[in-house]
Amino acid sequence: MPINYYLFLAIALFSIGVVGVLTRRNAIIIFMCIELMLNAVNLLLVAFSKMHYNQAAAAAIPIANPGIDGQLFVFFIMVVAAAEVSVGLAIIVMLYRNIHSVDINFLNRLKH
Amino acid sequence: MSISAILFWVLSVAALFSALMVVTSRNPIHSVIWLIVTFFAISGHYILLNAQFLAVVNIIVYAGAIMVLFLFVIMLMNLNKESEPARHRWLQLAGGVSGGALLLVLVAALKDTELKSQQSLLLEGHTGLIKTLGQELFSTYVIPFELSSILFLSAMVGAVLIGKKD
Repeated sequence: MPINYYLFLAIALFSIGVVGVLTRRNAIIIFMCIELMLNAVNLLLVAFSKMHYNQAAAAAIPIANPGIDGQLFVFFIMVVAAAEVSVGLAIIVMLYRNIHSVDINFLNRLKH
Repeated sequence: MSISAILFWVLSVAALFSALMVVTSRNPIHSVIWLIVTFFAISGHYILLNAQFLAVVNIIVYAGAIMVLFLFVIMLMNLNKESEPARHRWLQLAGGVSGGALLLVLVAALKDTELKSQQSLLLEGHTGLIKTLGQELFSTYVIPFELSSILFLSAMVGAVLIGKKD
């Protein structure tokens, strides 16, 4: 597949995530849209990794594993996302316990 | 059109449609279910790119662990269509326009890129296999790998500390 198909697919998924963050007011849905954006970037990283593999195979460059860094990067992004979700959901649960809502418009105490 | 090209288009349409449904559904539970569908479509893309390890990890970690955590929290708070905050119409319009503008700018900036003629190799290559990735992870990337365990430990401590009733 040409790399720009993956590029445009990832851009579209990322933009949908941005629209979700901007329009939704439920804190949990906003969090889910952030996960969607992370996954769009992951998909693009894997596609670029395979593009580098293809380039190295075509040019017969003697590297051991061309493009493996991208896939390991995706692995680390998943690790960080899992840690982020656990802390973030704990914060949302605590907020819900205090204000009995997940509407982000009620979370404006720092403004006043 | 080869079978992998057909699979690519089917998975892309599935991913985009379910991502749109995540943003537009009123019920938070439906959003979570659609997000799981999106993750499965993205995992299908990984399999198509022969990144088998990442496909399995994506299903186990995202669809298995993270989305169950989301569902658990939503059900714990008893969120449903009625408790969903009312959306402001102008805010929605402004958000849609800004997201569309971002899409437009990125596509316009990248549509004539030099990489356009490059191909992403489908169904071939051994970089995505567990053996190669594992050897690289435990030799070159062993320090970041161990540091991520510290990150997990601190995240666990943080989650318990924040979630504790005081």
